[in-house]
Amino acid sequence: MRWINDDAGPQPDARDATMSDRTMSAHAIGMEALGQAGVDRHIEEEDICIQVENLDLYYGTKQALKGIGMSVPRKRVTAFIGPSGCGKSTLLRCFNRMNDLVDGVRIGGRILLDGQDIYAKSVNVADLRRRVGMVFQKPNPFPKSIYENVAYGLRLQGVRSRRVLDEVVENALRGAALWDEVKDRLHDNALGLSGGQQQRLVIARAIAIEPEVLLLDEPASALDPISTLKIEELIYELKSHYTIVIVTHNMQQAARVSDYTAFMYMGDLIEFGDTNTIFTNPSEKMTEDYITGRYG
Amino acid sequence: MKTWIKSGAPWIWMNAAAVSTSLIMVAGLLGLIALRGLGHFWPADVVEMDYLAADGEVVRLIGELGAHEDVPRERLAATGVRLPGGDTVTLRRYLLKTGNRDVAGPDFMWVLGHDIQARRYPPELVAIERREWGNFYGYLREVRQAGASVASGDQAWDALQPRLQRALDLFAAIRDIERGAIGSINYRLEQLRLRTRRLELDGRNDPAALADIAAERAGLQAEYEGRQQQLADLYRDIARDSIVVETQAGQQVELPLSKIVHIRQPNAMGMFTKLKTYFAKVWEFLSDEPREANTEGGIFPAIFGTVLMVILMSVLVTPFGVIAALYLREYAKQGPVTRMIRIAVNNLAGVPSIVYGVFGLGFFVYFLGGNIDRLFYPEAQPAPTFGTPGLLWASITLALLTLPVVIVATEEGLARIPKAIREGSLALGATKAETLWRTVLPMASPAMMTGLILAVARAAGEVAPLMLVGVVKLAPTLPLDGNAPFLHLDRKFMHLGFHIYDVGFQSPNVEAARPLVYATALLLVLVIMVLNIAAITLRNRLREKYRALDQ
Repeated sequence: MRWINDDAGPQPDARDATMSDRTMSAHAIGMEALGQAGVDRHIEEEDICIQVENLDLYYGTKQALKGIGMSVPRKRVTAFIGPSGCGKSTLLRCFNRMNDLVDGVRIGGRILLDGQDIYAKSVNVADLRRRVGMVFQKPNPFPKSIYENVAYGLRLQGVRSRRVLDEVVENALRGAALWDEVKDRLHDNALGLSGGQQQRLVIARAIAIEPEVLLLDEPASALDPISTLKIEELIYELKSHYTIVIVTHNMQQAARVSDYTAFMYMGDLIEFGDTNTIFTNPSEKMTEDYITGRYG
Repeated sequence: MKTWIKSGAPWIWMNAAAVSTSLIMVAGLLGLIALRGLGHFWPADVVEMDYLAADGEVVRLIGELGAHEDVPRERLAATGVRLPGGDTVTLRRYLLKTGNRDVAGPDFMWVLGHDIQARRYPPELVAIERREWGNFYGYLREVRQAGASVASGDQAWDALQPRLQRALDLFAAIRDIERGAIGSINYRLEQLRLRTRRLELDGRNDPAALADIAAERAGLQAEYEGRQQQLADLYRDIARDSIVVETQAGQQVELPLSKIVHIRQPNAMGMFTKLKTYFAKVWEFLSDEPREANTEGGIFPAIFGTVLMVILMSVLVTPFGVIAALYLREYAKQGPVTRMIRIAVNNLAGVPSIVYGVFGLGFFVYFLGGNIDRLFYPEAQPAPTFGTPGLLWASITLALLTLPVVIVATEEGLARIPKAIREGSLALGATKAETLWRTVLPMASPAMMTGLILAVARAAGEVAPLMLVGVVKLAPTLPLDGNAPFLHLDRKFMHLGFHIYDVGFQSPNVEAARPLVYATALLLVLVIMVLNIAAITLRNRLREKYRALDQ
């Protein structure tokens, strides 16, 4: 939370404005703005947050992920794209071990978070999920007040102090760009919010416990265009503090918000590289076909 | 025609007909019960009639006219009564409640309509409600004090009122002492006896401990003597006054005021007085204890017993059923075994309730209760404490009976919580248990309440198993009173359902009891309705709070 304290209160206008503008324009011109202000990134120069090594995943006898190996850089946005059923959500859910909940799942290979294998026996899954937050496709606020939704994770950690909770809730809601809309009705039921507000509430809920990584599983697919835009702006802002992994069906969205893009097909990682390169000059024929809409 | 059938209209009509038939039947049932039951409390006029008796003499009859029926002429002829001429197929006869059971024998008789020669409703006729022997009808002739007449004729009624009030006050005082003070003394004496016995059994009956107990007992004994003296005085006082009433046969009967609950002149009452009397009687029915083998007085102990038992049952069955459902749905590995268990649970709901009664008697009462007595109440042996039917065992038996309902309802509720909500909680670093406690269980609470509503509805109306495990015809004391530990789970209790059966079928006086059966049935329905409405209100409030499911 300390990070938000740095720029608490009214958001620093200059930075905020430039970012919003950039996203806005990127949004407005869509694919043409792929240059992303001309940033060409190189994975070799990045600080790696999550390292995936030779990851296999089986649902029963069906293999859903085939020998995936990749690196997710810290404080960057990494997008997974690919046709339905290609395994991108499955891969995402491996990062916080959400797949453990599915019956008959088997996993081979390793996933290292800051160099530590998250599938090691000694790992406490609840602790891991505290470090790796997740936002789902459909907004899933709890049927509690807005305040209690955001405070949920802290209450789990045993935080009781009203003062601490108030502060964290406010900062998280500001961080998720929702504060101004809900500050007068914090104790109303969260289900009374609109879909886009609910999704931002869920993001606030996730960042309230200060995770290192934020997993977004098609966070805007159930939302209208305006709400989608707001979420995208939010992702842009959040990446200065979090490592973000986003699964999306929407290639424009991937191009707009991500720094790196992974294209997956039928459980294979076909191509992974910086977003500029993937979208303008993919090295694989399949990638090119997909992003130019020839199949998928 | 074919298109009409195709249009689905007949199907809709059939459905509508089924629904309306059900509604009409329910409404009719409730209406009938309400009419018969509530009519009982109306202060009916007392009729005096000249009646041509079977032997050809004209006699005077006094009583309340009740139901009438039309009987075929042949059937009446077969009983050998004298019939009038004419060719009517049926003849009307009336049920006359003549009361005066101690003087005249039967207190109901059928009179033939055509033999009634005159009906009169003299305002000075009195209907007397007594503590024993049912009602008494006749003319008030005299009020006596210590055997000497103090008022007669027209003055008698006015002279009676303060004396009757005095007798009623004295009676209440006597009852207070007998039930309250002396009951409490007896209870404490019994506790002392048990303590002595306990000390003996433990081999700690040293003189010091026994002396303490003896002193305490002496104190109680002295208190008891004092109360006895008080009682004797009260009994002497209450026996002072009496009245003389003339019966239909002209006989003068002396009735002590101590045996009288109400004296009314129904024929002299206006509409307003009658209404007042009506509500007074309804209230008496709700708040008083039964008299005369349950055919008179109120049914408060039965209402109290029913409600208390249902509440205890709910307290027992809810946590148990919820925990069982939680394990079955959330923790147990879903497979053939859990499926089998689920089927078994569903089948349990279909087991006839008397089977539960037998099981409760055999397992809870005799086995569990017997062992509890042996282990914890050796001093009371051979008299059983828990090894006999009682409130606790009845509640547990009914809890067992309704357990499947709660399990099934809770499981369905749990199954309906969206996966997204659980994942949302888990993704925030909650363990499974935390997720269940903080999110899933609150959201499933309306479903649990639904289960509880069904359980209450079933338990409150159950009679058969209760007859085996704790309900009695007449319980001398309520299971909740002022003596520590206040809630006496080992006591037997009264129940509305059993009361209906008892009054209706085990009563010595069928005609007098019949309206009470209807009134009690109405009350049972009302009690169940109130319990259900309370639970439903609670559920709707919870539903409103957790309406995420409806999105």
